[in-house]
Amino acid sequence: MDKEKIINLLKDVQDPEVPVLDVVSMGVVRDVKIEQARTIVTITPTYTGCPAMNTIEKDIVDKLKSVGIEKVEIKTVFSPAWTTDWLSEETKQKLRDYGIAPPGKTDESDFLQSFFTKKVECPFCGSDNTKVTSEFGSTACKSLHFCSECSQPFEHFKCI
Amino acid sequence: MNNFLFEFILRLGDDNLILGHRLSEWCGHGPYLEEDIALTNIALDHIGQASAWLKLAGNAEGKNRSEDDLAYKRIEREFVNLQLVEQPNTDFAYTIIRQLFFDVYQLYLYDELTKSSNEEVAALSAKSLKEIKYHVRHAKEWALRLGDGTKESNRRAQIAVNDLWRYTHEMFVTDDVVEALIKERAAPDLASIKIKWEEMISQIFNEAKLFIPENEPPIILNSRKGVHSENLGHILAELQFLPRTYPDANW
Repeated sequence: MDKEKIINLLKDVQDPEVPVLDVVSMGVVRDVKIEQARTIVTITPTYTGCPAMNTIEKDIVDKLKSVGIEKVEIKTVFSPAWTTDWLSEETKQKLRDYGIAPPGKTDESDFLQSFFTKKVECPFCGSDNTKVTSEFGSTACKSLHFCSECSQPFEHFKCI
Repeated sequence: MNNFLFEFILRLGDDNLILGHRLSEWCGHGPYLEEDIALTNIALDHIGQASAWLKLAGNAEGKNRSEDDLAYKRIEREFVNLQLVEQPNTDFAYTIIRQLFFDVYQLYLYDELTKSSNEEVAALSAKSLKEIKYHVRHAKEWALRLGDGTKESNRRAQIAVNDLWRYTHEMFVTDDVVEALIKERAAPDLASIKIKWEEMISQIFNEAKLFIPENEPPIILNSRKGVHSENLGHILAELQFLPRTYPDANW
């Protein structure tokens, strides 16, 4: 089986915390190498402490085993550092459909600027009349917001 | 032979491990739900960074010790974290000031480490820096709200500053380990980090109506060589209880 086919297979491996995302379109899978009998899958974590990474590693190995690829090695790299800028428009739309406001473009130039000034578009009604409830949410990658237009609380996939 | 690279990376790992553990003690005790989640999210980042650094340290040491071996199977005198990070949470103001001191230190240190001649150190520093930036923002916002808040919040924040200031000097001490890495262009000159650190802390304190204590002598214990306050032993008792009681336990 060649690299392209394996990457296509890995598109079935979901992020356990945000199941509309798969590990390939998220940019967690960086590379696949086939060396004789070994298949090396290089991945990078979203956040250093992301508790989903162990499950993701196991799911990748299980997926490849299910098609008869037994010798799988997972290699973790930190460079280039994962960024939400890798998410495609299609992936962002999937997040929106799932009820999570997708990340905008990252801008770290003024990181001391209060997060509470952020305007995030409501994924349900599209209004930007929203406010920040908390910069920190149920997972490391999400913040909490409230839409004043449709009175819905919602989550936002933070830009990093 | 001295393995300076191992010792240096171990410091980065231990700072994160002990601070992450300390912060996680807020779980279920935060002043309100969103802040409880914020503190534990940040704790998780520190544990994540610790795990990655300790793994690198294990590789640098070359004695087949995993990140778990280094976290769970060393005794107190073998830990080389700063004393600042082992200080108790005490109250919310105390926790925020401790975080602010450490976060700003990490910000400038890691920013320089992204240029390290050691590629792995540079990569992990760049990765961590993304997290550190929002840690600094979190601590700064709270320092302003507490310092420039009510009379009581200002009083408590100032007590925390007065108590914790003496532990900050240790962050910038250059010893044989740091010198060896500077020579290899693997680590930056800590004196230059100190200047930037003092500048940002002064700026924030100015706005927060907090004051840097004068003539506060630094603490004399050398935690980078394994000499700690009594707090570390208590942390390790909890942190290491399970793997020491049930070695190699699995679930």
